[in-house]
Amino acid sequence: MKAFTYERAASIEAATKAAEANPEAKFIAGGTNILDLMKLEIETPTHLIDVNGLGLDKIEPTPEGGVRIGALVRNTDLAADERIRRDYGLLSRALVAGASGQLRNKATTAGNLLQRTRCPYFYDTNQPCNKRQPGSGCSAIGGITRQHAVVGTSESCIATHPSDMAIAMRTLDAVIETVNADGVRRSIPIADFHRLPGDTPERDTVLEKGEFVTAAMLPPPIGGKHIYRKVRDRASYAFALVSVGAVIQSDGTGRVAVGGIAHKPWRMETADAELPKGARAASSVLLSDARPTDQNRFKVALVERTLSAVIAEAKG
Amino acid sequence: MQFDTPVTTNPIDRLKVVGQPIPRIDGPLKVTGRAIYAYEWHDPKVQCAYGYPVGAAIAKGRIKSMDVSGARAAAGVIAVVTAPEVGDRKKGKFNTAKLFGGNEVQHYHQAIAVVVAETFEQARAAAALVKVDYTEEPGVFDLAQAMQTAVKPELESGDPDSGAGDFEAAFKSAPVTLDQTYTTPDQSHAMMEPHASIAAWDGDELTVWTSSQMIDWWRTDLATTLGIDKEKIHLMSPFIGGGFGSKLFLRSDAVLAAFAARAAGRPVKVALPRPFLMNNTTHRPATVQRLRIGAERDGRITAIAHESWSGDLPGGQPETAVMQTRLLYAGANRMTAMRLATLDLPEGNAMRAPGEAPGMMALEIAMDEVAEKLGIDPVEFRIINDTQVDPEKPERPFSHRDLVGCLKLGAERFGWNGRGRPGLQRDGNWLIGTGVAAAFRNNLLVPSGARVRLDAEGVVSVETDMTDIGTGSYTIIAQTAAEMLGVTIDKVSVQLGDSRFPVSSGSGGQFGANCSTAGVYAACVKLREAVAQKLGFNSEDVLFEDGEVRSGNRSVPLAEAAGPDGLVGEDTIKWGDLSETHQQSTFGAHFVEVGVDAATGESRIRRMLAVCAAGRILNPITARSQVIGAMTMGAGGALSEELAVDTRRGFFVNHDLAGYEVAVHADIPHQEVIFMDETDPMSSPMKAKGIAELGLCGVSAAIANAIYNATEVRVRHYPVTLDKLIGGLPDVA
Ligand SMILES: Cc1cc2nc3c(=O)[nH]c(=O)nc-3n(C[C@H](O)[C@H](O)[C@H](O)COP(=O)(O)OP(=O)(O)OC[C@H]3O[C@@H](n4cnc5c(N)ncnc54)[C@H](O)[C@@H]3O)c2cc1C
Ligand code: SF4
Repeated sequence: MKAFTYERAASIEAATKAAEANPEAKFIAGGTNILDLMKLEIETPTHLIDVNGLGLDKIEPTPEGGVRIGALVRNTDLAADERIRRDYGLLSRALVAGASGQLRNKATTAGNLLQRTRCPYFYDTNQPCNKRQPGSGCSAIGGITRQHAVVGTSESCIATHPSDMAIAMRTLDAVIETVNADGVRRSIPIADFHRLPGDTPERDTVLEKGEFVTAAMLPPPIGGKHIYRKVRDRASYAFALVSVGAVIQSDGTGRVAVGGIAHKPWRMETADAELPKGARAASSVLLSDARPTDQNRFKVALVERTLSAVIAEAKG
Repeated sequence: MQFDTPVTTNPIDRLKVVGQPIPRIDGPLKVTGRAIYAYEWHDPKVQCAYGYPVGAAIAKGRIKSMDVSGARAAAGVIAVVTAPEVGDRKKGKFNTAKLFGGNEVQHYHQAIAVVVAETFEQARAAAALVKVDYTEEPGVFDLAQAMQTAVKPELESGDPDSGAGDFEAAFKSAPVTLDQTYTTPDQSHAMMEPHASIAAWDGDELTVWTSSQMIDWWRTDLATTLGIDKEKIHLMSPFIGGGFGSKLFLRSDAVLAAFAARAAGRPVKVALPRPFLMNNTTHRPATVQRLRIGAERDGRITAIAHESWSGDLPGGQPETAVMQTRLLYAGANRMTAMRLATLDLPEGNAMRAPGEAPGMMALEIAMDEVAEKLGIDPVEFRIINDTQVDPEKPERPFSHRDLVGCLKLGAERFGWNGRGRPGLQRDGNWLIGTGVAAAFRNNLLVPSGARVRLDAEGVVSVETDMTDIGTGSYTIIAQTAAEMLGVTIDKVSVQLGDSRFPVSSGSGGQFGANCSTAGVYAACVKLREAVAQKLGFNSEDVLFEDGEVRSGNRSVPLAEAAGPDGLVGEDTIKWGDLSETHQQSTFGAHFVEVGVDAATGESRIRRMLAVCAAGRILNPITARSQVIGAMTMGAGGALSEELAVDTRRGFFVNHDLAGYEVAVHADIPHQEVIFMDETDPMSSPMKAKGIAELGLCGVSAAIANAIYNATEVRVRHYPVTLDKLIGGLPDVA
């Protein structure tokens, strides 16, 4: 870990100004991801801006009938919130499928969205990795890729985004609210928030340098059955090989987003439209451009099988 | 004490303390944080500096040059010691790869420098500034490829090949045959406490607090590596947060701490970062195993062959995966063979039940497959092929063998009868299956010494360099001394893990419990003699009971007998040839029920039962804890544990506990353990045998067999992950 300076921001404005003043600065929320990465010198900020204690830890109703989730709401609190459990059960289920109780107590909404990939080569600074060190090459391609992406990959990177929460938010069409040092606010649909790797895999999201996430907005509840199914080798404390977040209505229509297969939560409205026809139809749209490796080809079949179990459960 | 004739009755048989379910006597220290582990040792008068290791970034080659100027100039840095500077060192007897010194890089993350600073953070930050220029050399990292050129190895003991009768002919003429290949992956010990040491020099004398299973081996190998006299080293390892074999042999943390402390001129502590566990230390090597079994239609095995291939660095040893097949089942015609390939991966070495653990993973699937071909229940098939003699040397009986008892009792308790045919049971979305496997692990005998003191307060204190790696050594040693001297366990204090104490068996190969308590027994016999002699009692008819020494109608409190100066007994148990004339092994049976998600292929264990026949159980609480821990390890080995080898770059990629998935609580259901009520008079004066590794041997195969029973998909390559199953699961769309 490189030595760094630390400040506790007094306001959102102070936080964004501090970030603007020092291009090497980073925000710290729960710290459960950034500190690990700093210890390994995968991230090397020279300055940390602590954004806890800015009053962004509230879950509030919006005038439109949705909810506004503060960026600093802890994963545990969000999962346990009565309204979330009632109207957005998918989100609650996805959250508790992630990490461990201790981690969720610290982890925040913004931090969860912005957590970085779990590609093992990204974690080993002796190995080339375009995401960690642009232009150095991708060690995963041709190497150990069982966990890696099968869709939306590029020649530069085949990493996945590891968040469970983000899959639920993608299904629920969350909108991410941000503000920058000039006070400019943006509302970014989650579909556009995470990027595909392309030839700039070092950028996980569309956030600009120093841009600060203030909240995630959920539109009004859409009813239906909320199911999150996370598939993994051990029963707990593991990232998804594949996960399926779905909201299925009683007439069989619905929405689905898939985790563990791409650099971002993977959802296609064209696939949603196929849902009434069943898992095979929907997943063949979702995976029509799949380019799996020999080690992760199983994910193609696994998505369909998992989705089929989810649809069956929804019919219950 | 020389142990060369089977025991009859001795004071241990009273079983007032030994054999009782006594909770760990070191438990309160552990749960209140007062048990001091290596890295935590602290003396306010001593200002420790912190050492952080640098590991090689390549798998094979040479260090051309190192630039440590940046590290030296970094904040707080006291010293930087590099491998080229230290130069080539003599290797410890038990190490295959060198731990530190010289320009050669033999494997990824081999230690090439240690940076010492005032704080841990400063040392770690400076370590990242060390720049290295390498000459990389191509290496061999793929066992599947390297096994083509594997050779017959020289073993440390025994022969890599064995046989009896005419296997080839018998196999050819057998009416039912199986010829299959199985693989087990590289596995990591993944114990909780990382390797850690504090080294402090006083002139030419070195004190080391470390985490070691084998005090004397470490001390000797450390002396060799440093080029100093062993007597100059004082080593302490009173508490150990797990080892599983990873702490059997001297590791780089102790060597780096010693060099660093010398360079820094003050005590230095070094812990290996988690990724070093996988690539800097040792691991259980992967195996490729071919099994051929031929049987008569009535179920009798007539031919059995087990061949195993594994790899290691030059000078290393094979994974002895065929050993149990020489002993477990009858059959007149047999052969085993081990072949060793050269690999440039980190050193392969002992991990819990080396040999038998991966060997049973393969053999016990093969047995399941043959039983199915025969249409015979797999429990019955194993019973049919029981043997009471070493099948390669029929003149050699087992000292005591009750595999059949374990299988029968286990089948009854588990509710084995009525087990369904493969692929037929369902519970909602779960495909349900049950599986069985035998458990087998040899009982090893190692000399073990102890010193026992009796003081004027009537307190008995035991000193031995035996270690407690979480197993319960403190407790069973106290029980042994209490039983021998006729006192309650609270009158016994036990000190372990210190090189000033008599050399013990140490902890490994499941020999620790039986051998170390036998050593304490021997020392107690000496002490009893000293007490009797002092009191003028005839030592033959002396009774040690209720804190008193009795003879005829005289009785003297122990405290009084000790006198103001106290009395001491010291001895070492040594073993005669009973283990040559008789085969000593431990036996068991594992029964498992699994559910496999019909859609996703995720396997989750629902029930586990182990029945163990392992001589006298010294303490059912600590023994049970060993067995359920082993069953848990076997669950990880069956379902998720695998060091993923990057065969291009030559290292284990998943080098942390997020990537290397051991079983977590949610994976482990109710576990039941039953111990057969038995003693083995040939194993030791304690009549006990090992249990800690037995619990692991066979359990992974029982799980794999249960998955087959659930799904009708036979997976022969561990771990049995969902990607290997879903192709064969029922269609769900
Ligand atoms: C052992 C382990 C297991 C895990 N398992 C899972 C799992 O199964 N599923 C899963 O989904 N996750 C898992 N996680 C990841 C966990 O969910 C994340 O670490 C956590 O959500 C990150 O939140 P945080 O608040 O701690 O983020 P931090 O570590 O504080 O920050 C993460 C990043 O977000 C940035 N950031 C934080 N807040 C803001 C803001 N308001 N605006 C702009 N940028 C911001 C930081 O600068 C940093 O780059 C696991 C983590 C660990 C350590
Ligand atoms: S997949 Fe992406 S994160 Fe992984 S090594 Fe390649 S570039 Fe790096």
